[in-house]
Amino acid sequence: MISMKKLTIKSNTSLVNKTGAWRTHKPITDNVKCIGCSLCAKLCPENCIEMKPIENKPKPLTDYDYCKGCGLCAHECPVKAIAMKEDY
Amino acid sequence: MKTNNIEYKKLAPGHNACSGCGQLSAVHAVMRGLTKDTIIANATGCLEVTTTAYPQTAWGLPWIHSLFENASSVASGIQAALKNRGDNQTKVLVQAGDGGTFDIGLGLVSGMWERGENILYICYDTESYSNTGIQASGSTPYGASTTTTPSGAQSIGSNQVKKDMMAIALAHGLKYVAQSAAGFPDDITNKVKKALATPGPSYIQILSPCIPGWGIGYDEAAMMGKLAVKTGLYPLLEYTDGKLSASSVNANFKAEPVGSYLKTQSRFKHLNDEEINHIQMLAAENIKKYQI
Repeated sequence: MISMKKLTIKSNTSLVNKTGAWRTHKPITDNVKCIGCSLCAKLCPENCIEMKPIENKPKPLTDYDYCKGCGLCAHECPVKAIAMKEDY
Repeated sequence: MKTNNIEYKKLAPGHNACSGCGQLSAVHAVMRGLTKDTIIANATGCLEVTTTAYPQTAWGLPWIHSLFENASSVASGIQAALKNRGDNQTKVLVQAGDGGTFDIGLGLVSGMWERGENILYICYDTESYSNTGIQASGSTPYGASTTTTPSGAQSIGSNQVKKDMMAIALAHGLKYVAQSAAGFPDDITNKVKKALATPGPSYIQILSPCIPGWGIGYDEAAMMGKLAVKTGLYPLLEYTDGKLSASSVNANFKAEPVGSYLKTQSRFKHLNDEEINHIQMLAAENIKKYQI
């Protein structure tokens, strides 16, 4: 019989899968255009965008280890501050 | 756990969901509405399969999967155990897809609601069995082409209308029933917080655009959610104590023609003008029914 100890696994262990390798296009944020609304961070299916203060204004920081390059952030950005650039 | 200065808690990246997945986008909005004192019971479906590729898991909250149909019963068991321990703080959440909610798990969902347990049930509605290859479910809308309702010379795709799961939830006397869509992250988060603050069972249904199932681009999931709302096909609704909340009613609502929503998805691309007009009528009925 398999013990429960063996079945239960540690949290957040999926972080070993660096899904950034899936990417063909890379989101590049123009921090001058960016208004810091954080919509990209809220919509990201990977939850790999974090708002970090740059010169006291919140700006998105994308974790390229996990970004799959879907382009959802670039598509939804209200000021078109995110551009998808070829990445291979 | 920290990597590259980003702190992950409730649901980490590294999961295997499609690039641009509408469901995962919605799930993160739900997670922002939860506290760390939450236990999740998950039904079989894309969310379960993509986030828990054994021996790894993306979850940072206590999470359990048993079968396709019984996530609500598992949640009832968890709730009973918490009650026995005298724990009133920990919340219990069920997550399922539309297949697990509208069809396979419907009997057990009904039982959970009948017992009146304090459990939040969230249905991520992709309008088909996305995980197993886009078969039609009770949630598949009229005219959608799926692998079991293919469009062709003699077929318009699914000839059945979408099951009204919101009405089924309301018929059980739930105090909080809401509908939202991917692309409205703040709306989803607010509804989750309200549902958790309401005692007794509550139900939230979230439209989750499926990239391969709907035949849309990798960057279009949020746009599809927004279009579904703007056309009146999938309005943002909220019922408290069985009554439509004021926040759902919008006197200035001007519906967009459904063509903008249908023509951008390959599951609807076979529809002719007559059929599109029929779907336009369904949207008009929604707008009248929900006073949006």
